[in-house]
Amino acid sequence: MLSDTLGPVLIANRGEIARRIIRTVKALGLRAVAVYSDADADLPFVREADEAVLIGPANPAQSYLDTDKVLRAARDTGAKAVHPGYGFLSENAAFARAVIDAGMVWIGPSPESIDQMGDKINARNLMEDAGVPVAAGTREPVTDLGLALEAAERIGYPVMVKTAGGGGGIGMSVARDEEGLGKAFEQAARAAARFAAAAGGEGGALAGPAILLERYIERARHVEVQILGLPDGRVLALGERDCSVQRRHQKVVEESPSPGITPELRERMLAAAVRAGEAVGYLGAGTVECLVDADKQDFVFLEMNTRLQVEHPVTELVTGLDLVELQLRVAAGESPEVRVVPSGHAVEFRVYAEDPKRFFPGPGRITAWSEPSGSGVRVDSGYEEGNTVTPFYDPLMAKLCVFGANRVEALENARKAVAEFIVEGPKNNLPFCAELLEDAEFRSGDYDTGLVGRMRA
Amino acid sequence: MAEIHAEMVANVWKVVAKEGDQVSEGDTLVILESMKMEIPVLAEDDGVVAQIKVNEGDVIQEGDLIAVIE
Repeated sequence: MLSDTLGPVLIANRGEIARRIIRTVKALGLRAVAVYSDADADLPFVREADEAVLIGPANPAQSYLDTDKVLRAARDTGAKAVHPGYGFLSENAAFARAVIDAGMVWIGPSPESIDQMGDKINARNLMEDAGVPVAAGTREPVTDLGLALEAAERIGYPVMVKTAGGGGGIGMSVARDEEGLGKAFEQAARAAARFAAAAGGEGGALAGPAILLERYIERARHVEVQILGLPDGRVLALGERDCSVQRRHQKVVEESPSPGITPELRERMLAAAVRAGEAVGYLGAGTVECLVDADKQDFVFLEMNTRLQVEHPVTELVTGLDLVELQLRVAAGESPEVRVVPSGHAVEFRVYAEDPKRFFPGPGRITAWSEPSGSGVRVDSGYEEGNTVTPFYDPLMAKLCVFGANRVEALENARKAVAEFIVEGPKNNLPFCAELLEDAEFRSGDYDTGLVGRMRA
Repeated sequence: MAEIHAEMVANVWKVVAKEGDQVSEGDTLVILESMKMEIPVLAEDDGVVAQIKVNEGDVIQEGDLIAVIE
């Protein structure tokens, strides 16, 4: 019985993903325990959990990122398992270890897998050694500008500069020449210092100040493969998601299947993702992110996310699977039979609290909130009318997901759903979503990660 | 004299300039953070920083005074 091994489950997260995890936890007959900060006391996830524990002030370092407080809440509520969601502590190997050492089940891969993949340089090297294609780049951490200039000379411009421990596109930029590299390096170094400070000097996977350079691919699509590692040793590929609609290297819209890859390339990517998972003995849900050269129909490994992904509903809609349920079953030691028969087309729109032109943050109190509904529409939201979107956390208010028998039908459902979605108070990017749905390049399916930049040029 | 106000609710992540500093148009005075995004607050003119009205860690509201340049 799952309840003997896992329940109650503490969800170490907030907003829409806490709410989404609570839903499956409760559906499986388990108790759901939420933790929350002062700033989030009125959000739906706090009310919807069976029990909720206030763990500190709004500042994430003193609440959602404070491992001692989260662990104490787990012990005090008798939780048997911890689900970290995404972001926050989800890729903190030291926290995963602490959960396991406290005698609880960590709903995620082993701390060793998190460590191996958390360092982007290490992950790249591991994948290259396992026969997964990687872009030309640095195998050792680049610690100063002199070394960066040498490496860029060898790799060839343009190069992508990023922090080994970073995530969410923060600190990442493209350098097209030596002068650009100076700026890009400085930005990445600053981001690296911030990650180190945020990690509290614990020396976790996110604490490294090291920087990584890779050959930049023009006209690239960002396509990722959802994998699931089972306790019996099998690693399954559950299909791909195309995440090429991005602003500031952060995803805004995701879809599956990818309209930009051939069946032959899809097959190669899925096989490589399985190999990547097998190379680290991966357990549970994970995502192998790749860059696809749209013109050459070829791909390289980008990074692996050792957690549930924001855009997992896209995969759920086309496969009919519940990824959170699969995570829970795998964590309980089960190796469920998973039949992957994707059908139809799904698209997710991230409804962000930001202005739809420049994409600048626009927190505020929600004075009106009305979600679209009906067949082919799923909304995973973290807020409701009367809540306040605060500046302390990321701008994601909701994920509007649509499904159709094919891409045309899915986009038509999206058009109606976007028009029906009412958000007043905070600035929001729904007008951008509507604009995107009218954009000829997006509609054609033949777009790349430069799309949003071109729409705003 | 130019007053620089906050364009949005944000946390003050870093105070870069200090009172008495000579700054040029486009220089970063303060770096704000909102929703995990860094937002530099820039000098809109050449001048001397007369006042910095925020401290690192402060939460500021839209319209709050950040700095005065003379």
